[in-house]
Amino acid sequence: MESTALPPQGAPIRKRRTRRLRLIAALPIAALVLSGCTLPKFGAVAGDTSTSRSVFHLWQWFSVAAVIIGGFTFALILWAAFRYRRKSDSAIPRQVQYHLPAEVMYTIIPILVIVGLFAATLVVENKEVSNPKTSVNVNVLAFQWGWKFTYPGSYALVYGQTTQSPEMVIPAGENVHINLRSSDVIHGFYVHDFNFSRFAQPGVLNQFTFNASKTGTFFGQCTQLCGLYHSLMFFKVKVVTPAAYQTWLNSFNTPAGIAAYKAANNASTQQTSTHVKSKPTYSKGAH
Amino acid sequence: MTDVLNPTESHAHSEDHGHEEHHGPSGIIKWLTTTDHKVIGMSYTITAVVMLVIGGLFAEIIRAQLASPNGTLVSLAQYNQLFTMHGSVMIYLFAGPFAFGALANFVVPIQIGAPDMAFPRLNALSYWLYLTGCITMLSGFFTSGGAANFGWVAYAPLSNSINAPGAGADLWIGGLLLTGFSAIFTGVNLTATIFYLRAPGMTMFRMPIFTWNMLVTGILILLAFPVLTAGLIMLYADRHFGTHIFSVAGGGVPVLWQHIFWFWGHPEVYILALPFFGMVSEIIPVFSKKPMFGYKGMIFATLSIAALSLGVWAHHMFTTGVVLLPFFSAMSLMIAVPTGIKMFNWIGSMWRGEVWFSAAMLMSIGFVITFLIGGITGIYLASPPLDFFTHDTYFVVAHFHSVVMALVLGAMGGLYYWGPKMTGYLLNEAIGKAQFWFLFIGTQVLTFPQYLLGLRGMPRRMAVYPHDTQWQFLNQLSSVGAVLIGVSTILFVVNVMYSWKKYPAGDNPWDAQTLEWFTTSPPPHHNFYRLPKIRSERPTWDYNHPEHTSIVHGHTHDGTNA
Repeated sequence: MESTALPPQGAPIRKRRTRRLRLIAALPIAALVLSGCTLPKFGAVAGDTSTSRSVFHLWQWFSVAAVIIGGFTFALILWAAFRYRRKSDSAIPRQVQYHLPAEVMYTIIPILVIVGLFAATLVVENKEVSNPKTSVNVNVLAFQWGWKFTYPGSYALVYGQTTQSPEMVIPAGENVHINLRSSDVIHGFYVHDFNFSRFAQPGVLNQFTFNASKTGTFFGQCTQLCGLYHSLMFFKVKVVTPAAYQTWLNSFNTPAGIAAYKAANNASTQQTSTHVKSKPTYSKGAH
Repeated sequence: MTDVLNPTESHAHSEDHGHEEHHGPSGIIKWLTTTDHKVIGMSYTITAVVMLVIGGLFAEIIRAQLASPNGTLVSLAQYNQLFTMHGSVMIYLFAGPFAFGALANFVVPIQIGAPDMAFPRLNALSYWLYLTGCITMLSGFFTSGGAANFGWVAYAPLSNSINAPGAGADLWIGGLLLTGFSAIFTGVNLTATIFYLRAPGMTMFRMPIFTWNMLVTGILILLAFPVLTAGLIMLYADRHFGTHIFSVAGGGVPVLWQHIFWFWGHPEVYILALPFFGMVSEIIPVFSKKPMFGYKGMIFATLSIAALSLGVWAHHMFTTGVVLLPFFSAMSLMIAVPTGIKMFNWIGSMWRGEVWFSAAMLMSIGFVITFLIGGITGIYLASPPLDFFTHDTYFVVAHFHSVVMALVLGAMGGLYYWGPKMTGYLLNEAIGKAQFWFLFIGTQVLTFPQYLLGLRGMPRRMAVYPHDTQWQFLNQLSSVGAVLIGVSTILFVVNVMYSWKKYPAGDNPWDAQTLEWFTTSPPPHHNFYRLPKIRSERPTWDYNHPEHTSIVHGHTHDGTNA
């Protein structure tokens, strides 16, 4: 009875993709130009997955628009306020109420900017929510207040509460598919260096894929208020080479590892059976 | 017709009005039994400002706790109660009631030349429900389990009887139901008043922008608040009557709560914002001695914001993975267009005017700048990929604090502007300007570090945070901002005490444009002894400056081409 509520946008988006690519062919080219990192970072990080970089470039684009439009508007506000500061109590300025050309301009230009931002959003979003096929799958279970990581087809199991910060081990340079669930309340699976977060919700299976580009250990934590120890619900993502990943997976293939896996799995099956049985049909309809 | 600005004339009116008042009860009995929209408006104002101070105190404790990584000022459990009640008090008990209960209640009937609200007794009921709701919600602190602790959004299943078993949660739901009904009744009252009680000549397109915004707010209240009320009853039933609407175990759907909550919650953002848009739309033209620039464009912008606000709720739910991303992204981005129109309307109203930097005007300019920041950062959050990496981090906290602190600036502008009409006395301008600088600078010092904290990965609602993240300095800077804002609030209280009955306001201290400035300060029992001819959206201006009517660019006052 595996929940099939998602993949979130996978199927319909593939159909739309070709049409969209033609429509907004100019934007990926612009994104390529930008990947030279000529723009400032505007406070964000490029991140360490292939999608995090696209998100970062989108962030830069939005920031460029924000700085230009916001800066222009800010300058206009200050100019209007200080340039036309009153000189006498009695002077009455011309009572101009309407200026049609100006009004048309400040309606149409924002519409064009919004269309551009929306198009750029679609490109990155489609990349981010696509679910390419992969052999690396990780089941992530969030609970009050910790994380459990299991790997389908193996006996690997990582479990830890609060500041134990359990480590999710994944291989670098490969698509990693995450099946995210919660056994109690809503939690947030958030890895800052991946520029990504997703809710872990009871009754919903959330799936997403990322591709970590370099090895290292990355800090993750729960972002959605989940009760008393929300502030301490940490985890880590340890990105290793594919060979090291295989070695790590195999290291659980011992009698002790298998026993531990089975014990934990039985416990968690009982714990989570209720929400797996009640498959959330509503989230299918959402797409 | 005598000159309304003649002080002796208006004092004569006040005395007449004093004699009339003696027929009714006075003192505390008058306040308890009144159905006069002005007295109810005053009660609302005082209650809402008290709530602002209480909610602000919670915020100061929160910021003190976060000034060090392992703050020990409050426990983890107390911290969860504090930010829940900070958000709840500010959103449910201050911002909304201050806007549509306090200022709108007082100002709208007078702006349209009406003697009172359409349903005065319902209006009194609204206030008493509101006050009862405030007491109910806050009394959670006095229960053994403490106040509600699941955030002001009360996401299921964290808000169910297993995860939040205490009575504080029930008092939160009860308090919110009471203030929710209060808001619904006020929405009914405002809508009916504005549609049916306008003075002769006050057509829809001669209504001041504030009244227009309150009409749209009233309609939005009627569309959104019943949904929240229904949701709260479901939540209560889940907690106590064994229903399983939001519980997976019983076949329910937890994320339904988020849909219900945000279907109310996003229109609520505009229910909160539109009144303050209206306030600064009154203040900026008056202190620039100009008409509202692009008056009709602004009204259509308000209407489109209201319409769009009903179709964007799921942008709060992008990271749930169960909403259609492109639709809600497009709808949310589109709101930027009418909001931008308003921004340029405010700038256009100052353009080539005679801008007077009174305290009310400074607050309004501060509103426009702060709202610009909050609005632009909101555009980022309308893009799902950017929302994924900032959702539930301090970036979001900073975004909506830019927005709501803009509203606080607008609220203060409204108090400096309309306070003299309500009480008959001006507030001290020098203290008011000092208050502005503390509030404005404090707001930016509060929010800018929070934007950076969010981008550096600090989630919201953390009572403690790791040492090695280098979040401490930014948190301390943000706490300094909170202290500056606290000082500004103290300055406001000092100003009210210092200026108490010191500076008589007269009928129209600002050479303002709308009908409320045609009558006395405070207005008599049924608001007006007489009305000017209403031939535009600024009848008092037309009466005082008949030779300076509004013109279209490129034309002169007599209609010929310039």
